[in-house]
Amino acid sequence: MVRFILVRLLGAVVVLWVVSVVTFLIFQLAPALSHTSPVYYYIGKIPFPQDSIQFKALVHRFGFDLPLYAQYWHFLSGILFGQTITDGVSTPIQCGAPCFGYSFRQNQLVGTLLLQAAPVSISLCVGAAILWLIGGVTVGTFSALKPGSFVDRVGMTGSLAAVSLPIFFTGPLLLLVFVYTLGWLPDVSYVPITQDPLQWLRSMILPWLSLAFLYAALYARLTRANMMETMGEDYIRTARAKGLPRRAVVVRHGLRAALTPVVTIFGIDIGMLIGSTVITETVFNLRGLGYLSIQSIQQQDLPVIMGVTIVAAVVLVLANLIVDILYAVIDPRVTV
Amino acid sequence: MSTPQTAPAGAQAPTSGPFLRVEDLRVHFPTDDGLVKSVDGLSFELERGEVLGIVGESGSGKSVTSQAIMGLHKGSRAKVSGEIWLDGHELVSASEDEMRALRGNDMAMIFQDPLSSLHPFYSVGSQISEAYLVHNKVTKKQARAESIAMLEKVGIPNASSRYDDFPHQFSGGMRQRAMIAMALICQPKLLIADEPTTALDVTVQAQILELIKSLHEELNSAVILITHDLGVVAETCDKVLVMYGGQCVEKGQVEDLFDRPEMPYTWGLLGSMPRMDRARQARLTPIKGQPPSLINVPSGCVFHARCPFVDRVDGNRCVTEHPALLLATGGHEVRCHIPSDERLAILQDEILPTL
Repeated sequence: MVRFILVRLLGAVVVLWVVSVVTFLIFQLAPALSHTSPVYYYIGKIPFPQDSIQFKALVHRFGFDLPLYAQYWHFLSGILFGQTITDGVSTPIQCGAPCFGYSFRQNQLVGTLLLQAAPVSISLCVGAAILWLIGGVTVGTFSALKPGSFVDRVGMTGSLAAVSLPIFFTGPLLLLVFVYTLGWLPDVSYVPITQDPLQWLRSMILPWLSLAFLYAALYARLTRANMMETMGEDYIRTARAKGLPRRAVVVRHGLRAALTPVVTIFGIDIGMLIGSTVITETVFNLRGLGYLSIQSIQQQDLPVIMGVTIVAAVVLVLANLIVDILYAVIDPRVTV
Repeated sequence: MSTPQTAPAGAQAPTSGPFLRVEDLRVHFPTDDGLVKSVDGLSFELERGEVLGIVGESGSGKSVTSQAIMGLHKGSRAKVSGEIWLDGHELVSASEDEMRALRGNDMAMIFQDPLSSLHPFYSVGSQISEAYLVHNKVTKKQARAESIAMLEKVGIPNASSRYDDFPHQFSGGMRQRAMIAMALICQPKLLIADEPTTALDVTVQAQILELIKSLHEELNSAVILITHDLGVVAETCDKVLVMYGGQCVEKGQVEDLFDRPEMPYTWGLLGSMPRMDRARQARLTPIKGQPPSLINVPSGCVFHARCPFVDRVDGNRCVTEHPALLLATGGHEVRCHIPSDERLAILQDEILPTL
């Protein structure tokens, strides 16, 4: 088991290294190929022509005149070991590892921006994931146990409707009903859990629901398909022949096997989710990582874009790593 | 599942009756193509200590019968009617809860393919313990000890360390031994073995049959052995029931039925079996044609379309009239229109020489 985890960790490190190289190349090289200096994307408008001494001094200060490998090393060592950031005028800023650089557009360390956005994203994603996993699996299981029944038809029609409705429709609809018409929930954006747990919960309910609704529908269908296949297996017949109660047959023998593929998809979905909640964040005025990435793209704020990209990659790789390990725990046939 | 033929739930049979009595059992599956009559009017009796072999081709209703006895059709679309009396309990009309209490405890089943019949995610031992824990109020530790003892009994070496192995870590024969251990852990009075050796290699088959036989003698249980191997029946069983197209076409004591088989289908089965103790033939004699459709069950005798002796009966009765299951000369029952003495003559003159 330890060996298995170590091998997977090593694999994860390699993947992340490749991601760092690709990110670096795209974001440093793309401006150069279109005959503008990355410096523009790095610090914003520069009031000097490209051939002036002042411009060259800036290029030199931020190391854009160095060979590519040296620039890459500067980028990587900043993340791994931290760096000192200076514009040559103000007091230099010590930026500890992992340092993703400094956003001259927002006058903040990228790390600080990420740390502000992360709790919002984590609150949104974890809450929604729990909701859709429980909701989807429950609906899917009950549907599968009586295919063609009333419960099944309601569940599957409902999930088809849920998949078809985009968040920018369900989100405002929920807001309209529960906040502006019924007044059951406050009209606020994110409240940190550390500040007021109850308000945090009240502020997150609608974002969770609208995000979870979509995924729950997919999970209900996935669970139903897997569960129907599993309930037809010989070992389910064996479990019944032993005289096990229905509940044990369904949960311990059926669901246990049917959920294995669901776990895989869940890991990937969670990994992808962190950077793809832009619409939900926008609808509910949440300043999470999705919002941060869109904002930084609009402002052409290169260090922030790179920071978000790397963080999203790390989350995705970690989620997959956890799924791989979990898979080995769930299915003893997977050799570890 | 409610039919006029079923007895009232929880009814008690006279205690003097046989241990297991199946009376006019019918299992029908409604499908889009029509009603599939998998088992149609099957009756037999079995005492404790006896072994009954049910023989027939694939699709003749052998497994469906055994699953009906176990009540495994409950909750499915199958329509089961008739009566099944087990030790005074009527099973067709019994509720799922009543059946659950009997399953695994009073009657148990061994399935054909032990790999797919064991749950891949749980250790072999825990699956056996699970069967013991449902029916016995004991701690997990006691169940474990009991399971290890059972594994030893069925011949698993190092049972206590193999307890925690998963099914995929067992060999085919070992898995079937584990299945047997699981079936016998609660000492059931009725054991149904549904083609227990079909998925195993020949060298292991004999060991598994030997094991079932010895455990059956020890527990004095009734055993139903479902197989398509007549050799196994001759070797193991006291009684035999030949099924064709969901019906019993011949049944009786093994010695009698094997000495004087009277139904043309049984002759066909015997003819298609390789024999070592006879002179080598050019080829085996297969039964011509296909098994009958269970949706449009043939009129008259179910076997008439494939029977080479249809012309021996006057007036096309094989096609028009369903033969009754009648007592034959030797004391077993046969479903055939050909008169008994004529059947024996055909057997002597035309069948035995070719076997």
